Amino acid sequence: MTTARKRDYSLVGESTRTAIETGLASAEWYHTDVPRKAMKELMQRSDGPAIRDTVIWLAVILGSAAGIVWFWGSWWVVPFLFVYGVLYGSSSDSRWHECGHGTAFRTRWMNDVVYHIASFMLMRNPVQWRWSHARHHTDTIIVGRDAEIAVMRPPDLVKAALAFTGILDFRYSLPTLVRQAFGTLSDDEKSYIPEMEQHKAVVVARWHVAIYVATIALAIALRSWIPLVLIGLPRLYGTWHMVATGLLQHIGLADNVTDHRLNSRTVYMNPVSRFIYWNMNYHVEHHMFPMVPYHALPRLHELIKHDLPEPNPSMWHAYREVWPVLLRQLKYEDFYLKRELPPTARPYRGEFHAVDMSAAAE
Amino acid sequence: MADWVEACAVDDVEKEDVIRFDHGGRTFAVYRSPDDKFFATGGYCTHEKAHLADGLVMDDIIECPKHNGRFNYKTGQAKGAPVCVNLATYPVKIEAGKVMIQI
Repeated sequence: MTTARKRDYSLVGESTRTAIETGLASAEWYHTDVPRKAMKELMQRSDGPAIRDTVIWLAVILGSAAGIVWFWGSWWVVPFLFVYGVLYGSSSDSRWHECGHGTAFRTRWMNDVVYHIASFMLMRNPVQWRWSHARHHTDTIIVGRDAEIAVMRPPDLVKAALAFTGILDFRYSLPTLVRQAFGTLSDDEKSYIPEMEQHKAVVVARWHVAIYVATIALAIALRSWIPLVLIGLPRLYGTWHMVATGLLQHIGLADNVTDHRLNSRTVYMNPVSRFIYWNMNYHVEHHMFPMVPYHALPRLHELIKHDLPEPNPSMWHAYREVWPVLLRQLKYEDFYLKRELPPTARPYRGEFHAVDMSAAAE
Repeated sequence: MADWVEACAVDDVEKEDVIRFDHGGRTFAVYRSPDDKFFATGGYCTHEKAHLADGLVMDDIIECPKHNGRFNYKTGQAKGAPVCVNLATYPVKIEAGKVMIQI
């Protein structure tokens, strides 16, 4: 009989110590072999695709904002809210992500400008989250190390469902910014933000909070909800697409392994979602080679797919596949979905993930 | 007194690229700039242990393959988060078609 391990998701707790002691922290990860010449071509940066996408993104955001203001008070405002919300509350996540990696644009300042705008939209401290995401790439889904594990085990399905409304994230993000603005970083935050960077996190939190205070003041002065609907609240009503796509990145897959083929998921998506998500549906590829810009991920996928599990053909398929896994994890939190590799792939490394799942087999 | 060590042949490194060179239990990165000059730095990123030779050279920048931290490989200067500590740099000279670094 297997006794389920209880996972401690704090970044300074028992699982942290275990990860460090067992060599899971900052480990060497599996990479598919790609010739240097091909990888160099894939890594090449270009301003063109991201400028094009950013112009479209901002133009539609401003256009839909104008529609919200114009049609406020009538039902015609709904489609504008829908578009504005998704672009503000969801596509900002992929812009934050790609520009944080510095891969979206070739020009550094362009990455930085869009990174800060997107961070504000997401109510994310850009300093804190740059470091948390670095940790996510070092220790992807390593319990006690990764600060960005969206669904912990055993899964809280109510919490996961509520995530689509943005309520929980809003409740976490805004108080976090306020706390940081008052100069307090949590122990977890201090564990991945270097000391020399911590004051920057406080300063930028103060700027974000100041903008929100100004927005609230404007709303009161105008006796109108519009300023809040345009700044801040899209984090609630427009976040669903970010959650729908983002949850699939790792949910139901292995934790505490050093092979992204085991803990990350590639899902084929429609072109609109791929624009909103900036191709992060190629998530195994992204984690294996984070230097490859979003616009080159489809080419990378073609190059290495012989070594990866078959992608889910749709988001619907992926959620149908993961649902029974989540239900099983409610009873046996060690259970996970181990996706089959094609015959052309190199086998999974076994040293960290020989988990006994016999207890989960009914 | 540091020794001059042969790292590679000139032709082993393409323009605007980098290769790895291991010597005496240490690892180094040898760069060839777009204007055809050679440089050498420590081989690991100062943020976390990733080989810079797997990264991308753009003009005078080397970008780490793991977290995209950027350094000026000519000076070793860290160019911002997530890299905060400069790279060690090493003198380089070319002799008879060989890239020599002083380590």
